[in-house]
Amino acid sequence: MTSPDTLAIDVHGLKKQFGSKLAVDGVDIAVPEGEVWGFLGPNGSGKTTTIRMLCGLLRADAGEGTCLGYDLRTQAEQIKREVGYMTQRFSFWEDLSIRENLEFVARVYELSDRKAKVDATLERLGLVQRQNQLAGELSGGWKQRMALASCMLHSPKLLLLDEPTAGVDPKARRDFWEEIHTLSEAGITVLVSTHYMDEAERCDRIVYILNGHVIARGTVGEVIEQSQLITFVIEGEGVRRLIGQLSRTPGVEHAAFFGAALHVSGRDRARLERAIAPLRGQSGLKVSEQQPSLEDVFIHLQEQAQ
Amino acid sequence: MKRFSFLRLFSMLMKEFIQMRRDPLTFAMMVGVPLMQLMLFGYAINLNPKNLPTAIAIDDPGPFGRSIVAALANSSYFRIVEETNSPAHARELLQKGDVTFVVEIPVNFTRDIVRGSSPSIVIESDATDPSAGAYALAAFNGLSQTALRDDLKGPLAGRVQGPPPFQTVSHLLYNPESNTQYNIVPGLLGVILTMTMTLITSMAVTRERERGTYENLLAMPATPIEVMIGKITPYIFMGAVQVTLVLLAAYFIFQVPMWGSLTLLSVGITFFIIANLAVGYTFSTIAESQLQAMQMSFFFFLPSLMLSGFMFPFDGMPEWAQAIGQVLPLTHFLRIVRGILLKGNGFAEIWPQLWPLILFMFAAGAVAMARFRRTLD
Repeated sequence: MTSPDTLAIDVHGLKKQFGSKLAVDGVDIAVPEGEVWGFLGPNGSGKTTTIRMLCGLLRADAGEGTCLGYDLRTQAEQIKREVGYMTQRFSFWEDLSIRENLEFVARVYELSDRKAKVDATLERLGLVQRQNQLAGELSGGWKQRMALASCMLHSPKLLLLDEPTAGVDPKARRDFWEEIHTLSEAGITVLVSTHYMDEAERCDRIVYILNGHVIARGTVGEVIEQSQLITFVIEGEGVRRLIGQLSRTPGVEHAAFFGAALHVSGRDRARLERAIAPLRGQSGLKVSEQQPSLEDVFIHLQEQAQ
Repeated sequence: MKRFSFLRLFSMLMKEFIQMRRDPLTFAMMVGVPLMQLMLFGYAINLNPKNLPTAIAIDDPGPFGRSIVAALANSSYFRIVEETNSPAHARELLQKGDVTFVVEIPVNFTRDIVRGSSPSIVIESDATDPSAGAYALAAFNGLSQTALRDDLKGPLAGRVQGPPPFQTVSHLLYNPESNTQYNIVPGLLGVILTMTMTLITSMAVTRERERGTYENLLAMPATPIEVMIGKITPYIFMGAVQVTLVLLAAYFIFQVPMWGSLTLLSVGITFFIIANLAVGYTFSTIAESQLQAMQMSFFFFLPSLMLSGFMFPFDGMPEWAQAIGQVLPLTHFLRIVRGILLKGNGFAEIWPQLWPLILFMFAAGAVAMARFRRTLD
């Protein structure tokens, strides 16, 4: 392909406008082959739009680049053949059986040995017994597994997954990520959008997008470091009543609960210490400095932008 | 809790009005359909059709023949489109459906009247649609009393009184018993196909879009033409089943005659089915929901029903309505199916109706293809 260190995705300045709303405004992404990248950002930040542009479902208004070495603007058809795209909403035919769905996909991609491939996929999914069940009857977790298997049927080199684990139970999520890592080891590049921090932490690198702009990127550690955020964790009795007052105290850029613990973050250490000081001596309260979590960073980035 | 709360009722009302406002197509239908029906029933449809195309076969050198022609034209029921001295040529026009009537004024018509005998004028009427010509025929029969009143002067003045100077004879061709089923049952074939074929395909793409599977389909390497042919073809078979049922019923239950070639008929039917499927498919690429697709099909179906000549005589409509009717595939299909079944029309007579159908089919197909986006924008 074109680039020597082979980037599976290499796009610059992608823009997309819907009516008067600029959904994506100059996004650059460069994903090396074989890596798993997480695509994060709040709802409506432009993740889905970007992914759709990458797989040729939307035409970019501006910007250029390649996907698997194919030009985004002129070779959408080749890109479609070699990319596996899993939509946010289950988009297989619920009135077809599991097997019929897989067979349809196999034929549309004109695969050879279709029967063998479909059989193998059903086997791997553990759906051989239920292959004649309608896809619409599957539970959320199974639908998602079936969708991933269908996207993999034509052996794509790049997987674009749009919130694949939304609404899926923790065990199914865990299994799903096992699968992603297996695929990645086999050399497949993955770009996956998600709202889950634990999933983001399983990615080689993350890209954080807000209002159509990439505002943070790198490994999880790098993103946390770049934010220059300091976080104090306050635990104990009566902590729930503290948040209102604390978030108005100068020096506190944001305060948020993580389970029962209150995270108080800011970038100015001295002012933050001063804000926390009155709490330090209180009985029943435990105050400790911790490395900010990714979620702290994202909430911080989002609030900063407002 | 109160049994009935005006505030709750009000909240419900507001929600419904807001939703109604957000659905302009439904609103357009509520306003558009009555307007359309007013226009169609009020202006386009004429149960007493006038200006029916008529061919005159005249071989009378005398003045009385001319008087008859003038009287026909003055009656406003007949629009004389062709004057010929060959009855065979006139009959051909009737066979092709170019005219509804052929009036034959015999050789020596004037001479025979002057000599005191009572010659006959024959009117042949295309009775495939018996209602179309009924009033015109009544007017024609009245002519024998009045048409020559001004001509019968001098020595002939005595003939104004007494028995009419000439006889009128009417022949109802193709459907001598004026069986309305002969006209309606073949027409129903076209109506049923128009309704079901457009309605079903109008939802084809819309359903995918509503269920979210459209995005998946677009992400796969299927081309628009593959998707379109793939979606339409099953319905061609469904249409074939409908056609078989209707034709069997027409033959065995309604005893509709089938003079022409069924092979030729199936060619016409095939093009007609595809034309309607293409229309439906176009709707489905435009509509955002299945409900909208149904509404669009209805907007297409209503004028097809009214302006095609199925319910009301085509030639009785004003020109603007005929112009709209000419664009609709059902109009041409009705002529084809009635022509083949009732008149025994062959390819040459059908062709003037077949090519508009084919043209329509390709035009609708092209629009559908152009509308089918390969992306989600």
